[in-house]
Amino acid sequence: MDSVKPKAKCGAEASAPAGSGRPGVAEIRERLREKKGPEFWRSLDELAGTPELEEMLHREFPRYASEWPEGFSRRRFLQLTSASLALAGLTGCTRQDVERIVPYVRQPEQIIPGKPLFFATALTLGGYATGVLAESHMGRPTKIEGNPDHPASLGATDVFAQAATLTLYDPDRSQTLLRAGRPGTWGSFVGEVSATLRSLQPLGGEGLRILTGTVTSPTLADQIRRLLTAFPRARWHRWEPAAPHQAQAAAVRAFGRPLDAVYDFTQADVMLTIGSDVLCHGPAGVRYAHDFAAKRRVRANTMAMNRLYAVESVPANSSTVADHRLQLPPDQLETFTLALAQALGVAGGGGAALADETARTWVRVVAEDLRAHAGRSLVVADEYLSPAAQVLIHGINQALGNVGRTVNFIEPVEADPVDQLQSIRALVADMNAGRVDTLLMLDGVNPVYTAPVDLRFAEALQKVRLRIHHGLYQDETSEYCHWHVNAAHELESWSDARSFDGTVTILQPLIDPLYEGRTAHEVLSAFSNRPDSTSYDIVREFWSGRLAGLAAGFDGRATGESGGLTTTLGMGGFSGTIGDAGAMTRGSGAGAGTGLDAGQNTGGQMSQGGTAGAGGLLQSGVSDTASDAAGTTGSVASGAGAPAAPAGTGAAAAPAGFETAWRRVLNAGIVPNTAARRVSAAVAGGAVQQAAGEIVSAARNRAEGRVTLLVRPDPTVWDGRFAWNPWLQECPKPISKLTWDNALFLSPRTAERLKVDFHETVAVSAGGRELRGVAVWVLPGMADDTALLTLGYGRRKAGKGTGQGFDAYALRASNALWTVPGVEIRPLGGQYTLACTQNHHMIRGDEVNEDAEASDQAMKRHIVRTGTLEQFRQNPEFIREQRHIPPDDMTMYPNYKYDGHAWGMAIDLSVCTGCSSCVIACQAENNIPVVGKEQVLAGREMHWLRVDRYFYGDLDAPQIHNQPVPCMHCETAPCEVVCPVAATVHSDEGLNDMVYNRCVGTRYCSNNCPYKVRRFNFLRYAPKDDPLLAMAMNPDVTVRMRGVMEKCTYCVQRIEQAKIESKVERTPIPANWLKTACQQACPTGAIVFGDQNDESWEVTEWKADPLNYGLLEEINTRPRTTYLAKLRNPNPALEPAVKGSEHGHA
Amino acid sequence: MQIFHRSTNTIAKVSIFGAVFFLAAFAWIFSALLRSSYATREGVILKQPVPFSHDHHVAGLGIDCRYCHTSVEKSAFAGIPPTETCMNCHRQIWTNADMLEPVRASYRDNVPIQWTRVHDLPDFTYFNHSVHVAKGIGCVTCHGEVDRMPLMFQSASLQMEWCLECHKDPSRYVRPREEVFNLNWQPPADPQEAKALQARLVKEYNIQSLMSCSTCHR
Repeated sequence: MDSVKPKAKCGAEASAPAGSGRPGVAEIRERLREKKGPEFWRSLDELAGTPELEEMLHREFPRYASEWPEGFSRRRFLQLTSASLALAGLTGCTRQDVERIVPYVRQPEQIIPGKPLFFATALTLGGYATGVLAESHMGRPTKIEGNPDHPASLGATDVFAQAATLTLYDPDRSQTLLRAGRPGTWGSFVGEVSATLRSLQPLGGEGLRILTGTVTSPTLADQIRRLLTAFPRARWHRWEPAAPHQAQAAAVRAFGRPLDAVYDFTQADVMLTIGSDVLCHGPAGVRYAHDFAAKRRVRANTMAMNRLYAVESVPANSSTVADHRLQLPPDQLETFTLALAQALGVAGGGGAALADETARTWVRVVAEDLRAHAGRSLVVADEYLSPAAQVLIHGINQALGNVGRTVNFIEPVEADPVDQLQSIRALVADMNAGRVDTLLMLDGVNPVYTAPVDLRFAEALQKVRLRIHHGLYQDETSEYCHWHVNAAHELESWSDARSFDGTVTILQPLIDPLYEGRTAHEVLSAFSNRPDSTSYDIVREFWSGRLAGLAAGFDGRATGESGGLTTTLGMGGFSGTIGDAGAMTRGSGAGAGTGLDAGQNTGGQMSQGGTAGAGGLLQSGVSDTASDAAGTTGSVASGAGAPAAPAGTGAAAAPAGFETAWRRVLNAGIVPNTAARRVSAAVAGGAVQQAAGEIVSAARNRAEGRVTLLVRPDPTVWDGRFAWNPWLQECPKPISKLTWDNALFLSPRTAERLKVDFHETVAVSAGGRELRGVAVWVLPGMADDTALLTLGYGRRKAGKGTGQGFDAYALRASNALWTVPGVEIRPLGGQYTLACTQNHHMIRGDEVNEDAEASDQAMKRHIVRTGTLEQFRQNPEFIREQRHIPPDDMTMYPNYKYDGHAWGMAIDLSVCTGCSSCVIACQAENNIPVVGKEQVLAGREMHWLRVDRYFYGDLDAPQIHNQPVPCMHCETAPCEVVCPVAATVHSDEGLNDMVYNRCVGTRYCSNNCPYKVRRFNFLRYAPKDDPLLAMAMNPDVTVRMRGVMEKCTYCVQRIEQAKIESKVERTPIPANWLKTACQQACPTGAIVFGDQNDESWEVTEWKADPLNYGLLEEINTRPRTTYLAKLRNPNPALEPAVKGSEHGHA
Repeated sequence: MQIFHRSTNTIAKVSIFGAVFFLAAFAWIFSALLRSSYATREGVILKQPVPFSHDHHVAGLGIDCRYCHTSVEKSAFAGIPPTETCMNCHRQIWTNADMLEPVRASYRDNVPIQWTRVHDLPDFTYFNHSVHVAKGIGCVTCHGEVDRMPLMFQSASLQMEWCLECHKDPSRYVRPREEVFNLNWQPPADPQEAKALQARLVKEYNIQSLMSCSTCHR
């Protein structure tokens, strides 16, 4: 057993106190100026060329792996070698165990053993739905794909959706209902609730409070409204810690009511984001990224590109694809907004003093560019920016004529929106005053952890007589509660939810609740007169009067004759693979163990639904924001007859046509005609002036020299709800590449000023509160005098996330939720080792040695190739001309011939935002294990696909580039020739096959791989003994054992499946039909895969593109994975300024 | 002076000479063991909860393979029939047979019958029935004369060398698609005619010799 010390270093970035191994920041800056360092760099160490990094680069595995033990005699070595040889031989002599086959008793109709089914449902984040297709193998959900027909997905997903299957099978999930910490029963819970309700009835429900997150579910909202009707004095509070509270406040100020903004990137030519990560964040990030990328693909025949300016305090994924990037501290960001508003004539007056000369130039240039593209431009504010700044941005968009074109406003998707901060404040005040008798905390809210710290929620909570918590996990809040009801996961639940544009999806379960978890609907039904309703009945009943009208004429899927998904799914048949679950009642148990009583088949028998036209009906019924709780359902029914079935009648009384519509809607994953109506909204004149005044006075009151702390949701654990999920914990966070922890991010200059360095601990104090022991991470791209700490860490109860990182909530008071000004940062002198992957698997771009040769551009390896649209217009071949490709006959072995398929992949760097969905998709598809923080520190993370992040240019204001790196499947693969047991070999179709059962673990292949894409199982990482985690495994991919090498296979299981299906059906594989997991998850479509021998596949076109290049192709590996060089579309008016920092852009 | 006795010369010679035989014998025993039916379970009858006879149902009653193994043309897995399939007939015939009590109990109590797996490939090997059937490989080619097996057993070793024997040159085993489920089909007696048929089928079905590792290992 290896003993990995926790002190292990992550590359050299761990090189202890400042200055010991690494030159200071000033010196690095000097080197950069003299162009001595690498052009594209991953870390300060690489810039500086520290000895630690050099050492790491010379080893195949950073530490421990290749260590030769000391004090080892030759005799002892021979003894052990021969013993291990003999024992290894003996292990080959095992006789296979006898296995059982367990068929169904009554086999459900749609199930073909060995073939997956796909079910359309949705996953929510902060209440908002993303439509997904969940893959089910014999009743176990194993993989999430995006639903191509869903507006928030269009076939792709974010990291959170990809990781949902692991949450479902998480052994740390709450597995039982608890009464005062001991297992309880649902019956006794219902009993206590009924008794409470009886006592509250005469008082009209005085003292009954419900706390939820943001609710978009029409059914849940309806249930709560009914409850509030029955108990008029009860109250419904809401607290969603990472909800865009400020955006809502801004809308109220600008328009007089809360409205949601929906952007249309397909109509925008010039965009400015102010602090926003709009392409990679929030309920519509996936959709926006897709639309943005659609206008950014430059091919020989489309020489046009949109242009994105990004102004920000912390580096966002969106800005990695921006054409111009400007760093400004948070207060300057607001001043910038004001200056821009003034330049565009939205706000008058002066007072907006931008300290930075560059920023002033920006205002002028950007304003000009926006004005030149009025109506086809878009300004997007960070939803966490101050309401005043956001009001100004509403004004700017209006002045530019963008409203109605690139920005549209809709009635809020949230049901009965309230000011959530006010809502939780009121709840705490009432709890403190003893006015709360019973508090129901629904659907995983965790206010003890997430409520603003100054409210002291936990203390107030203890004054409540009956405290009920409902959630997936036993968390900080459940500890304080009398009852904890374990929740059903979304993949186990019937429910409904709306997406960013209002479209409703009905959530259907793929599996019976593993631990008899209850949905929010069921918990609420315990508070009604029908405590034992199932969520299936509740959801159906809600829709029984509404659906037939909405779905009239809707025939499910817009795919024409074949009726199935023919274009987008990588797996599961060319026709008709989307199953309709009907009512799943007994789906638990691994494999074929127990049956699934799926409902009757749907497909063919459906008649053409009702004919009553009912366009846009749902608006009035579901999204009505009227604050009077009840009685909004009547207007829904105009199309299809009766209003919603009253309580008691159930689904039996559902109107004619309902059943058909229900099945169609489930099958499609969207309820048609439910997208919210656009409303016209005009910014109130006074609001803009008032906002401008606020920004001016705030700028005046600013304390000089203090750091501003930004608090933001974490890119992988969000507000803390995913802290339990090891996939998300180990996913290197975009840009910073940290795993398992958050950290206090500081710019190099600010870190230098504060005299802190990597891994050093500091105390952060603000507003009389102090957080001690926070580890620092120096992140180029951060604005000066700005610190960033993400939410979700520093947990007391979060399974595998417990104790990791630092609790940003402890500094987050209700008067400064997202921006904490005047923060003091004091070095404590301690160390906290952070696990960062930025130096792992590094490809040295160019030599750091300061000789003349190395600084010669010709000697540089162009790992990331970039250029501008202008360069491309003048000479489309400019990338090709830089390439150096050895001739075909320059190999000792004969070249392969490919008569059939020849698989290949191309990755478009111009649109990769670095969001890392592909990384998690690959992990879910290929049974890739997690290894834990200590193993990550030793460089042993197992991700087959990594996203390398490179900085470029100025240390204090770098450009940022992303480069996903899977296996290159080289034509002349260096790994193949060194394997002594032929465990990695070339296939007939050009794949570089990895044969686990042959691998003996010499690791020569990995040593010889120039791309560092091979991963070795140093320990037994695969969770073979946990029956729950075994259920999350993809049955089409081998679970690897200890001592075996593995790597990207181009999802060979999908390739084989596609080939087999094409052979069985005797048709060729349709072009672009087969997708790898990473490709399918990618929101921007940056990855294409396919048959290079067939011109109808998109990949062939990409490979022929003049921007196409191979990584390290000059060493004659002939990679099959190639890249399209990253093009930017800079504004010539800003280019000189940018040129200066780009060091003579190649 | 002589330390060792003269005879040690002979002993040394014999043992050096013998080592070759010893190693060869060891290798032979090892490979014989690996291929033995102890290791492969070839020809071994495993205990089943119900002594189901393919002989009776297939040869005696003439039931088609696909009546029970429903997914053999569609999926990797041929499918083991649900209890319901047994009960289609056995709720009317042999309704009181003791032998069938486990089947009735399964149907009654809704508890699946746990059959013992006869053809069991290692977990890192992905065999697909549907494509073999589609390419004209008969059931009998791999499963043997199932219609003469009162109790089911594995008729081939299922070792990789056995798979490769066909994958190297599939033409020797191919038959017309419509004869795949015919257990009694014989290739034409005339070797010339048989060869011609096989060559035609290989061309017609576009049968390739797939030898890449990822064909079966993923």
